[in-house]
Amino acid sequence: MKKKKIFEDIIHGIFLIIGLITVGCVLLITIYLIVSGIPAIRQIGLFNFLFGQKWDSTASEPSFGILPFILTSIYGTAGAILLGVPLGLFCAIYLAKCASKRFKIVLETLVSLMAGIPSVIYGLVGMLVLVPAIRNIFHLADGASLLAAIIVLAIMILPSIIKQAITALAAVPKEYEAASLALGATPIETYFRVSLPASKSGIAAAVVLGVGRAIGEAMAVMMVAGNVANMPSLFQSVRFLTTAVASEMSYSSGLQQQALFSIALVLFLFIMLINATLNFFLKRERKN
Amino acid sequence: MQGISKKRRINIAILKSLMLVATITVLALVVFLIVYVFVKGFPNISWELLSTKPSYTNGTIGILPDILNTLYIVFATLIIVLPLGVGAAIYLSEYAKKKRIVRIIEYAAETLAGIPSIIYGLVGLLFFVQFLGLRKSLIAGALTLVIMNLPTIMRTTQESLKTVPQAVRDGAFSLGAGKWRVIRTVVLPGCVDGICTGCILTVGRIVGESAALLFTAGLAHSINGFVTALSSPGATLTVALYFYAKEWGEFGVAFAIAAILMILTMLINLAATFIQKYFERRRQL
Repeated sequence: MKKKKIFEDIIHGIFLIIGLITVGCVLLITIYLIVSGIPAIRQIGLFNFLFGQKWDSTASEPSFGILPFILTSIYGTAGAILLGVPLGLFCAIYLAKCASKRFKIVLETLVSLMAGIPSVIYGLVGMLVLVPAIRNIFHLADGASLLAAIIVLAIMILPSIIKQAITALAAVPKEYEAASLALGATPIETYFRVSLPASKSGIAAAVVLGVGRAIGEAMAVMMVAGNVANMPSLFQSVRFLTTAVASEMSYSSGLQQQALFSIALVLFLFIMLINATLNFFLKRERKN
Repeated sequence: MQGISKKRRINIAILKSLMLVATITVLALVVFLIVYVFVKGFPNISWELLSTKPSYTNGTIGILPDILNTLYIVFATLIIVLPLGVGAAIYLSEYAKKKRIVRIIEYAAETLAGIPSIIYGLVGLLFFVQFLGLRKSLIAGALTLVIMNLPTIMRTTQESLKTVPQAVRDGAFSLGAGKWRVIRTVVLPGCVDGICTGCILTVGRIVGESAALLFTAGLAHSINGFVTALSSPGATLTVALYFYAKEWGEFGVAFAIAAILMILTMLINLAATFIQKYFERRRQL
């Protein structure tokens, strides 16, 4: 019996270690980003780093200000949300409440396919369809711009928003809708005035999920945004936090490389903030 | 609809048309994406492209190495991530008694799931490539992807472990089986569906991943066996697509790869739906 007990304890220990690997990974990522991100910030100065308007890492007197990247990431994400959320939300309400069962299945399949399409394909199509189109419509020298990135991001966040919103809308108790219909509201009024407010936590979660995806996307943005470290402007070539890391990583060294790690640290902090918000909304939805 | 004021009727009409416009836009976007990629991609797919490696002397481009690298990296990642993810899920649902540990591990998994792939790429570069000295290689890429996909496998396995009835476990215990034996013979077979779903989702994510692999797996197009390939750098299909399109302007090849990736994505989605339906039906029996 004692032998068996020891055996079981060993197995228990192994599973405990495996279980703690996730925690280890999170610690590893956090510690690595902090340890490698802090030195450059200390050397450049926190204020100069975060609020410096000029990024010129390869000049003889380099300047490392990442305000353009921070603002571009914020504007780009906000733009993608402004475009993507209404589109996704109206589509989700239609699918969840009005569409025939057959059409719903077809479109839901297509939406999950959309979620699975690799980001480089969005980038490629954006590069060859969207960028030339923007150049021609707005008569620019180059169509690779913040606007192109916003449109690509808006399309890329659609599937997560639609799926999450459909789940949230489906969870609204039937009684709410029945009561509203019985009081004389038409079905469409019911969906927008009763179902939508009743699922607001879930829909807020959908929006935050979209924010997280948009701010973290690198490859597709890299292919359509042009990658020049300008202050954000709709029709100019811009660089996001993610693309700032990706575009110089391969050839950087010394302070320049350390500054890239610092950018990643800033991006990581943004993401942690977004995740905390997401958890807040998801928990509230579960409670309802 | 009678007896409704004009204002209400206009409002309803506006909402209705907005819904229709949004739905049609989404539908049109997906259909356009698929059709465009196929129309541009298929004419560029040839046997030569699929079966050779790029050659500077002949000036030809082949993507066989990229296809192989993708397969290798999928395989290597799955082999490592499966025991870890399934093990963690089993620990959470079968062993962990303290609420606090469960909450910490679940919070860690949620955090991992939200981290963007470019950050994984960077940490993979710092830790696996530089600190562990693996250099840019498929194995460094695979290990990075392991961390990235751990939460997925954990979540799907956990979901399906919840469906294993407690009575089955108790029955096995009362027959005198030890805990490990119960897990091996009763619990594990009960969560096969979760493991399968997790695998498919993971394969989908790996096939589509590029940012995390850019700095960890590197870029090379040579044909190697599995073992040599693991220790040497190599581009997967997505990374190759990025370079052909962005750096070398070879849009024909890029679209050919895009079409192949699109087909793979479709197959993976189909497989996921199929497996879900299969296990649902089996559970009802």
